[in-house]
Amino acid sequence: MITREPDQFEPAINPLGELGRKVLLTARGAGRALIMLGHATLAIRHVFHRRNRRATMEQFFITGIKSLGVITIVALFTGMILALQTGLELRRFGREVNIGTAVTVSLVREMGPFMTGLIIAASVGSAMAAQLGTMVVSEEIAALEVMSIDPVRMLVMPRLVALTIMMPILTVYTNILGVVGGAIVGETQLGVSMRAYFDNARLYVTNRDLYVGLLKAIVFGISICTVACHQGFSTSQGAVGVGQATRRTVIISFLAVLVFGYMISRIFYK
Amino acid sequence: MSLIRFERVRKRLGGRDVLAGLDLAIEKGETFVLLGSSGSGKSVTLRHMIGLFRPDEGRVWIGDDCISEARGRELERIRRRFGMLFQNAALLQWMTVIENVALPLLEKTKLPESEAYEQALRRLELLGLADAVEKLPADLSGGMQKRVGLARAIVMDPEIILYDEPTSGLDPVTSRAIDRLIEDLRRRLGITSVVVTHDLHSALAIATRIGVIHQGRIVEVAAPRDFVRSENELVRSFLEAQYITRRGAWENREGTS
Ligand SMILES: Nc1ncnc2c1ncn2[C@@H]1O[C@H](COP(=O)(O)OP(=O)(O)OP(=O)(O)O)[C@@H](O)[C@H]1O
Ligand SMILES: [Mg+2]
Repeated sequence: MITREPDQFEPAINPLGELGRKVLLTARGAGRALIMLGHATLAIRHVFHRRNRRATMEQFFITGIKSLGVITIVALFTGMILALQTGLELRRFGREVNIGTAVTVSLVREMGPFMTGLIIAASVGSAMAAQLGTMVVSEEIAALEVMSIDPVRMLVMPRLVALTIMMPILTVYTNILGVVGGAIVGETQLGVSMRAYFDNARLYVTNRDLYVGLLKAIVFGISICTVACHQGFSTSQGAVGVGQATRRTVIISFLAVLVFGYMISRIFYK
Repeated sequence: MSLIRFERVRKRLGGRDVLAGLDLAIEKGETFVLLGSSGSGKSVTLRHMIGLFRPDEGRVWIGDDCISEARGRELERIRRRFGMLFQNAALLQWMTVIENVALPLLEKTKLPESEAYEQALRRLELLGLADAVEKLPADLSGGMQKRVGLARAIVMDPEIILYDEPTSGLDPVTSRAIDRLIEDLRRRLGITSVVVTHDLHSALAIATRIGVIHQGRIVEVAAPRDFVRSENELVRSFLEAQYITRRGAWENREGTS
């Protein structure tokens, strides 16, 4: 049942009780979010029904198009900054040409999925939470439940599919643009020719770097969608609640991107 | 046996007992009107009837089914008997009017798409919305949205319909048209309706019985004829607030009907 009854724990009087209440509520929220994720995953089997297919395509479009402009700029500049900073350091050893490796490896392993995750969380995730939150407040979700139409299948599943597939694609796009940005800085600021840059870039990037980066992107996509949809569905208290849900979505997804990013790196690069 | 029964339903919301041991019995084929001041728990009562809220104590029965304890498929089966009009219409904003109305048919029946739209269109025509079928809810006035919500509520031919303020925000002529529709559904199809409203004139016109909710309990239930003569202080203040005296409006109604 998505339509939430209000919290049964009433605000505690002393700070310790309040802390305990917060912990309990957070744990319960996380549990509910995971249950919803499981539920949405099961619903993926319906993705090819015509109505769901349309909703999913729409989500692909929204996820891809909405964020493409920002991603382009952020990706270029991330690559440029990486190239400039490492290039200046490497110049002291006369090894500027190694910016190729430095930029590519850090983008593919870490910065690519990381930057894409942050942008998607801020643009797509927040919009998702706001939309679902508004639907809760205006009783649209309750109306769906009354009609026995599963809101998770109808609303969460298409978003989950779209984000999980779009995140790696956008990450690849970020990586490519970032590497190009690095090359531009190399050529214009550091006197590293494009050719030398790309040769050097190819030298040290392994397939594993690629897979780990894409794995991160997928995990980020799933987390952002789960956080956004769960926060949206948990909205209460009218328009104020929608604002809160949006803000929480951005904060929690940022944290998720950081923490999961670190954990995946830790597992694959010991 | 009554079709809808509340047994000592208690529900705590926002730190107070919104329903405090509410008892209620609504018969099949009735149009039961629920009155009460703002915040008295009318919408909460409707939500309990359709299983959107569960009581903290007590039970809600729909015929032989206990909706307050049903889950999953069982709950879905009971809900199939209902249509509901929400206070703010609750239409899906990204779907056109006709898509909204056809949605339950498309999702819950095996009807071919053309047939579903055909049926949806018929309901919309019934409510005078034939011109608006391709519009988005955001482009409609509040009253029109409400009528679309009503069309959606009746499209599955439910046996019980819950109306949360069906006529608030509507002009008087449209309001009376909605009243007539509710009355029609009862007369012709024997549909049971529960109507929450602030509009006493409409209540007196359509109700078989009127109930007043106050401090979490039903404090008065009466047929319209007796309702206007009630000695209950709250009832009197309701009536007087809408300029209905012990004789006036009731006799007016006699005259018109
Ligand atoms: N989800 C909820 N969380 C917390 N409190 C709630 C919730 N829903 C209702 N309430 C509280 O229950 C009380 C009754 O609300 P309800 O919506 O049933 O009033 P109402 O009789 O329908 O009023 P109105 O005529 O204004 O629609 C209000 O005090 C409201 O604050
Ligand atoms: Mg209400």
